Amino acid sequence: MKELTLKSHRFRKEREAEWRKLEDILARAEASSAKALSDDEIIALPVLYRSALSSLSVARAISLDQSLIAYLESLCTRAYFFVYGTRTTFLKRIIAFFARDWPAAARELWLETVIAVALTLLGVVVAYMLTTRDSTWFYSFVEPTLASGRGPAASAEELRSTLFSEEASGLSIFATFLFTHNAQIALLAFALGFVFCLPAAYLVLYNGMMLGAFIAVFTSKGLGVEFGGWVLIHGTTELFAIALSGAAGFRIGWTLAFPGSLSRVEAMSAAGRKAAIVMTGVVIMLGVAGALEGVGRQVINDTGVRYAIAALAMLLWLVYLYVPREDADR
Amino acid sequence: MSAADTQARPAAPVGREPYATERVRELVTPEGIDLKLRLAEMSERATAFLIDGAIIIGLLLGMTLLAFLTLVSVGRSSVEITAIIWMLMSFFLRNFYFMAFELTPRGATPGKRAMGLRVATRNGEPLGFDAIFARNAMRELELFLPLSFLFVYGREVGGWGALAGLVWCAIFVFFPLFNRDRLRVGDFVAGTWVIRSPKRALELDLAAGERATSIVITQAEADVYGVRELSVLEDVLRRKDPETMRAVAARIRGKIKRAKAHGETDQAFLEAYYLALRTRLEGRMLFGHKRRDKHDKA
Repeated sequence: MKELTLKSHRFRKEREAEWRKLEDILARAEASSAKALSDDEIIALPVLYRSALSSLSVARAISLDQSLIAYLESLCTRAYFFVYGTRTTFLKRIIAFFARDWPAAARELWLETVIAVALTLLGVVVAYMLTTRDSTWFYSFVEPTLASGRGPAASAEELRSTLFSEEASGLSIFATFLFTHNAQIALLAFALGFVFCLPAAYLVLYNGMMLGAFIAVFTSKGLGVEFGGWVLIHGTTELFAIALSGAAGFRIGWTLAFPGSLSRVEAMSAAGRKAAIVMTGVVIMLGVAGALEGVGRQVINDTGVRYAIAALAMLLWLVYLYVPREDADR
Repeated sequence: MSAADTQARPAAPVGREPYATERVRELVTPEGIDLKLRLAEMSERATAFLIDGAIIIGLLLGMTLLAFLTLVSVGRSSVEITAIIWMLMSFFLRNFYFMAFELTPRGATPGKRAMGLRVATRNGEPLGFDAIFARNAMRELELFLPLSFLFVYGREVGGWGALAGLVWCAIFVFFPLFNRDRLRVGDFVAGTWVIRSPKRALELDLAAGERATSIVITQAEADVYGVRELSVLEDVLRRKDPETMRAVAARIRGKIKRAKAHGETDQAFLEAYYLALRTRLEGRMLFGHKRRDKHDKA
């Protein structure tokens, strides 16, 4: 008898079927994706979600059954994240990334990119000058394992042999190794930017110094031009990518220190997301660089062609990232 | 009476609520309802991470074994392709395992799913790829750098260097313990947090069951308690632990000065009392009085 007079119980009996239906649709949608649902269910979902929200609000006002309120709370939360979650398909996201998001993010980080490039060049110049004056400086900039015999002590003939390869086996292993290794370094440079830019700046500078030290050694043996072709065929892409990852790191480190008009927490998340888009692009660029270095450089042994590829790659990246497009700014 | 009406009470102590309210955050939906999100506890997140870590390491070991077997059975001709697949797979596992799973509608890795957690943006926006990338790329700083420091560089830099490195790493590893929302550095950078999103089953309505109606609770007897006592009673009745039920029934009988009737079980008494109390309190709630607890005389 009393059961009939309890309003909260009657309320539950009336609405329960709808909740169960929503729960069932959500369970299937979460297990795979929206594709698992029929058209009717897709249309019903937002309606059921709003009705569940109103049930929650009523339940809070009239019911003291705490397990019921907890159930509705969890149901509504799950439905909220699905209804207001990302609705685009994976393919559309990829297209949007290449067509708009990546170039736009890279353009927005132009100042940081200029600084990172300047730091790299500074590293190159300083290491070049020091190593030219006193060749023992070379060992301060380049680790022995990385130098692998190339150094001030090597003869011109030995150096030349490292620039041009005869055999072409194991190239794709080499390319893959270079890609994974460089991408890991780039991710580290980005993450290190969080610590007020300094470690990221060091990584970018050091990257330039290694290059400068090598240039000095090869130039002193009269192999400067050949070395340029050898390093730039992938270097334009790779150095640019590393500079961009440094720029992404600078952005988050700088925002952490000087958040501007937003609160620090809000400014950080905006900067972090922007930088993350650039970093996704960096990983792709390093994949291209790995292919150029591991395969292109080993197959192409002509210095002129190497320079041509280097210039073409640089031009393509610059045009792609920095030439404004009409739809890009919308 | 009026003094009791207007007197501002300190917020009721959290008592027997399953989660401490300091971890509850409100998310106001566009429809204007405030959803109560519960932040994940550090222990839950750590467990979820250990599960994910175990899966990654298991997959890596499996892959290595598979690569080894391929080399043994097919011979040296397959070395190149095997090496490439192995390198790429381990790179993607390390960097994109978390990202791939968090991109799904469920917003959680298998470890987080097992713990009933999910990733969400702090402002309620859809969780985009950029946020997921940012929060996971930061793992380089929080996890891989300390690990490589521990196993590789620690030996090279000597005592003081190792100590400095340890302190530096500890800042990032324990970062979540030093802020209110339990954000790790990745969450901070990406504008996300990790919340509890467990699936809850709809339990039976305790007011619905068939029961012997011989036990009659008067309104005066029901007026002894408030909402908090009701929710404690609900817990007791759902758990159905005989010891607890006996103790609680004895306590209530003492309070309302009522002897145990002949042949009346503790459970039946508690159910009858629950129904009477809930009916009374819900009835008053409809008229705008929500009696917080037994001390609330309004």
